[in-house]
Amino acid sequence: MKLLIKGGELVNTEKCLLERVDVLVDNGIIAAIGKDLPASGAQVVNAKGKLVCPGLIDMHVHLREPGYEAKETIASGTRAAARGGFTAVACMPNTNPVADNASVVRYILERAAAEGLVRVYPVAAITKGSKGQELTEMADLKEAGAVALSDDGLPVTDAGVMRRAMQYASMLDLTIIPHCEEKSLVDKGVMNEGYYSTVLGLPGIPAAAEEVMVARDLILAENTGCAVHIAHVSTAGSVELVRRAKEKGIKVTCEVAPHHFTLTDQSVTGYDTATKVNPPLRTSADVEAIKQGLADGTIDVIATDHAPHTVEEKMVEYQYAPFGLVGLETAVGLVFTELVETGVLTSAQAIAKLSLNAAKVLGVPGGILAEGERADITIIDPKAQEEVNPDNFASKGRNTPFAGRLLRGVPLMTVVGGRIVMQDRRVMS
Amino acid sequence: MGLQCKHMLGLQDISVQDIEKVLDTAKPMKDIIGRKIKKVPTLRGRSVVTVFYENSTRTRMSFDLAAKYLSADTVGLSASSSSVQKGESLIDTARTVEAMGADVVVLRHPASGSAELLAKTVNCAVINAGDGLHEHPTQALLDMFTIREHKGKIKGLKVAIIGDILHSRVARSNIWGLTKMGAEVRVAGPATLLPPEMDKLGVKVFTRVEDALEGADVVNVLRIQLERQKQGLFPSLREYAQLYGINKERIALAKADVLVMHPGPMNRGIEITAEVADSQQAVINEQVNNGVAVRMALLYLLTGGETVETTY
Ligand SMILES: [Zn+2]
Ligand SMILES: [Zn+2]
Repeated sequence: MKLLIKGGELVNTEKCLLERVDVLVDNGIIAAIGKDLPASGAQVVNAKGKLVCPGLIDMHVHLREPGYEAKETIASGTRAAARGGFTAVACMPNTNPVADNASVVRYILERAAAEGLVRVYPVAAITKGSKGQELTEMADLKEAGAVALSDDGLPVTDAGVMRRAMQYASMLDLTIIPHCEEKSLVDKGVMNEGYYSTVLGLPGIPAAAEEVMVARDLILAENTGCAVHIAHVSTAGSVELVRRAKEKGIKVTCEVAPHHFTLTDQSVTGYDTATKVNPPLRTSADVEAIKQGLADGTIDVIATDHAPHTVEEKMVEYQYAPFGLVGLETAVGLVFTELVETGVLTSAQAIAKLSLNAAKVLGVPGGILAEGERADITIIDPKAQEEVNPDNFASKGRNTPFAGRLLRGVPLMTVVGGRIVMQDRRVMS
Repeated sequence: MGLQCKHMLGLQDISVQDIEKVLDTAKPMKDIIGRKIKKVPTLRGRSVVTVFYENSTRTRMSFDLAAKYLSADTVGLSASSSSVQKGESLIDTARTVEAMGADVVVLRHPASGSAELLAKTVNCAVINAGDGLHEHPTQALLDMFTIREHKGKIKGLKVAIIGDILHSRVARSNIWGLTKMGAEVRVAGPATLLPPEMDKLGVKVFTRVEDALEGADVVNVLRIQLERQKQGLFPSLREYAQLYGINKERIALAKADVLVMHPGPMNRGIEITAEVADSQQAVINEQVNNGVAVRMALLYLLTGGETVETTY
């Protein structure tokens, strides 16, 4: 099947610019890019005024399968990804059982091949059971298809274990994605420590709980030479630590989740459990620092940390609710509304953080639209508006703090390997 | 006439008029308690359900008596915190209460925001009898009632709140209420027991208790939970008593007619010496009595607030 995407603004993620050209897809790969390509026998998509982007890659999602299928499955999670404009996701290993051995990684890949609508890249655990004690068989995991290592959801508490993990992973050329949280500073905290935790009477999580661990892992990254990608940075201090580490030449990259550049801890007022997320929503000063970090390149990647939970789990007292919100289907809208419309990033810079940079960190193909590349493409209407309605989510998760919010920037089409998996907000079956 | 607010969840979002109305209504209610036959038919046929996820015999009895003096039917639902872990959710409890036809639910719960969650779920009025570290509005209202009774006003008074501010819902409700009514509020406690950015609540924050006591009209001494020491929040009870214990010498820094308050139960010899607790300046037992009156006023106002029956 041939597909001709005509007249769109092609996003060049390497040069960070837009070019008005046609894209011809044939047999799953990009056959031609150029002006006024002939339509001969191809399905034509008129992309005038739309952005034609390399397929978006969300390098931080929780698909919940195996073990927590009531929250999400590989099928529902990848449908949510397709609806959100993502052609690939990297899934975190905190499933049950934990993806700490090759058979779980293979299981995920098999399920993804059978019922996944987009590409799935498993991230395997750093330590067995993500317990922070014994290293996983990293070579075996890589062989099975794991693209990186993380104990996400939990920090690797023991610095000695983390150091050995980094030494071993760097030998295998695997990136470590640390979830930075010093538990002794978190205690029973459920939201950012500050004015609002004082008013709401909720136990606070200080910014220092994240920053202490970011600092430790940066020191260990320098010490071991391991490539480290800091997951979900949320504080001004973390951004500054990463900035200085990069200046020093340490192999570090980092990501931010859309809710962390959109919301502050003020949103917790009213105790909506959809605002309970780890790391927590921070202050407006942190949001400003994150935007600065995105603009100056300190923050490489935008990833959602998509964390679905059931309605019943979230319909409880704030302190008892699980951490996490769903992000796949609101990410593009939040990026365009909060970053592109406001001039923090150009649309091409934003797309680079949603595709090319994630591909680079994971060492997977994608992020570039060029002849001969496989045809993973996302078409976005940067001007269209849409109100967030969780009832329309393809994800099983409804836990979003953005319900009812009007977002500008709508993914219109998702193409994976030349196949249209989402068109006009409808996911293909 | 009733209140502008449908529920009593906290004093942060309550209007000055509503606070004044509760305090004004508590006065005739207190008269009822002073009578030989302490019962009026005002809430006959109405039902009040108390749901306590935390033990607090005092608060529960206070609400129970308040409801009974007004002739309401009362039911107590005891749900231990462990039932929360068993998956018995607050929402389930709320539905049960609603099915019972409650007019008012009184909730005591260890989680902040639980009263607000309950209010979103049920149609009847909800009174927050203490939710986590968040608010304990009826305690603050009875404190304010007591202050007004003795001082004739609240505006312009200097009120010092001493102790574990971090874990105190009493302190938070008092701060909102008192600052709204025009008092100058100071808080003092060890740095590890002071929540961050407290000054943005419109209070003066001290770590030296003497600074907070200087010229105070009212001193509200909070109960220190012995388990906080085990959590490492301060080194020892001995040191706490030495630095923050309200004793005769320290109370002398306040005005001569200072009012000494305590939400009870007291740890005598730790946060307050027996000498001060039993002194003329202390109104701790009066607070208990006023608690019933204030809760009567609230029950009455939240159920519509038609004419108070005072004719027998
Ligand atoms: Zn994480
Ligand atoms: Zn995560």
